[in-house]
Amino acid sequence: MPQRRHLIASAIVVLLLALLPLAGSRYAVDLTTEVLIYVLFALSLNVIIGFTGNISFGHAAYFAIGGYACAILLTTYGWPLALALPAAVVLAGLVAAVVGYFCVRLTRIYFAMLTLAFAMLVWGVAFKWKEVTGGDDGFTGIKMPEMISHHVGYFYFTLVMVSLGVAALWVICHSAFGLTLVAVRENSVRAGFIGVDTRHMRWAAFTVAGTFGGLAGALFGMYHRGMYIENAFWTESAQVLIMVLLGGIHSFVGPIIGAAVLYLLQTFTNQYTPYWPTVLGLILLVIVMVLPDGLIGLVRRVKARGGRS
Amino acid sequence: MRAVRKIHDVSCTRIPLMTLTMFTLNAFYGLALAMNMFIIASGLNLIFGVLRVINFAHGMFYMFGAYITFTVAKTWGAPFFVGVLASAAALAVIALVIERLLLRRLYDKEHLMQLLFTFALVLLMSDAAKMIWGTDQYSVGYPPGMGGAVNLGFVMLPQYQLFLCMVGPLIAVAMWFVVDRTRWGRVVRAATQDREMLAALGVNVPMVYAAVFTAGSALAGVGGALAAPRIALVPGMDATIINECFIIVIIGGLGNMWGSFLGALAFGFVVQFGTVLAPNWQDVLPYLLMLVVLLIRPWGLLGRPETGH
Repeated sequence: MPQRRHLIASAIVVLLLALLPLAGSRYAVDLTTEVLIYVLFALSLNVIIGFTGNISFGHAAYFAIGGYACAILLTTYGWPLALALPAAVVLAGLVAAVVGYFCVRLTRIYFAMLTLAFAMLVWGVAFKWKEVTGGDDGFTGIKMPEMISHHVGYFYFTLVMVSLGVAALWVICHSAFGLTLVAVRENSVRAGFIGVDTRHMRWAAFTVAGTFGGLAGALFGMYHRGMYIENAFWTESAQVLIMVLLGGIHSFVGPIIGAAVLYLLQTFTNQYTPYWPTVLGLILLVIVMVLPDGLIGLVRRVKARGGRS
Repeated sequence: MRAVRKIHDVSCTRIPLMTLTMFTLNAFYGLALAMNMFIIASGLNLIFGVLRVINFAHGMFYMFGAYITFTVAKTWGAPFFVGVLASAAALAVIALVIERLLLRRLYDKEHLMQLLFTFALVLLMSDAAKMIWGTDQYSVGYPPGMGGAVNLGFVMLPQYQLFLCMVGPLIAVAMWFVVDRTRWGRVVRAATQDREMLAALGVNVPMVYAAVFTAGSALAGVGGALAAPRIALVPGMDATIINECFIIVIIGGLGNMWGSFLGALAFGFVVQFGTVLAPNWQDVLPYLLMLVVLLIRPWGLLGRPETGH
């Protein structure tokens, strides 16, 4: 069960965020909306990485499916948001279940290669299926419900959806299911011996991750009033993967911090140079070489050293 | 001639079957594509076989190979095959520097860190390519004397593709000979089995690793250089090719050279015939093939089941 101080801290964070539009800066509101979306996206990926120990190089696929599906249902078919959003999320989850069925048959390197391959397949479909997705022009002009078409309204909508999503992921990750996943990650042979169907567990984790990734994608698409094939490309998968790693995979808040830091860094960098991938590559290099447990790990290490001296 | 007539008749009365000419031509194009893909995928496979590292940057090396050939053969006006050699040499140097400076520090770390490292390379090199060559589309013409076709009576086979069909098996046989029949190859095979033991026997294992990484990467360079006359050189060609290589080595079995050969053949034919018989589906078909293989033999046609490591 969540400790009381965690609950209070989360409530304060959400409350402070809710007060943000009062500051009157449109820029801050928009930036925070996007950060929130990426927080959910990164957290969803960490269900696979942090809790099963497998790396997915293709998480953007579910983000894109959620985003495109929501956009298409809202605009092309004129569905109301209350139907389109859940449908998009369910679709992303279903696709993740199908892809996951194949991916979890293998581990480690094969898993990473397969997730990337499937993500490229999704990208290929988005690229080629011009009549439905708009191809490389993107799917633009999403019809938004009146209530959330204003940027402040959308900010609150995102805040609510992301908070619910994060809360759901927290519960999932700290439930018996989440703990079993950790057992599978730490020692899958032993977990198997005590009667855990390890493949099933990883499959379920993959599906959960895809579902919430789809929710993030749907929110992203509506925020931008459009989905573009770049959102399904491997660079998007790389970005969210680096968010997770930068924050630290072995903690629940790690990806939240990683997403916020990386997104703000990107916004900042893009003002000065078009070479964001270089910066991203260098960050990844630093993570690989000296920061394998991310910012959270760094903080913990600094704390441990401070405590000893 | 009678055979041709017969197929013609069938095509008139029943489903439109291909003529013998069309069939031969397509089989031939498929074979040429397969051989080109084999050259690239075999490098990836070789590196994996010895270093146990899947090099995500392999597609980037391929792209550099193609672009360097463009610069040498088109911009500087040197003969095409000088461009091919220059690509191989350049990629060998790049790979050697990367291995000696960075990659060798990661062999003792988790697989994950090695994967991420090569991922960082992709990000850095994609920007480097943008800085050097910009984002324009380039093309490299067929080398002089290879732009024509060979007339077989019922079909005209383009010379350059014929050349590819000869180079591919040549490289396969050369690799087989070096790895299976020479002392150096014996050392390489020993390194895949037990590198501690090999080091204890006085072999300089780090040099073996460096040499294999260099050779495998040079193959990507050659593959890119040889592909250059066939394709358009555009940013992003690396992502397509690395996925196709993944599909090939997954079908064939990771770490098995003849597996890659088989995988490349399957890929080449599926793509080529898919383009003719089911246009719009040619991008999806290789994935379907991969799925079928995965369902029946998750470790690939000629691969071995995953062990605990």
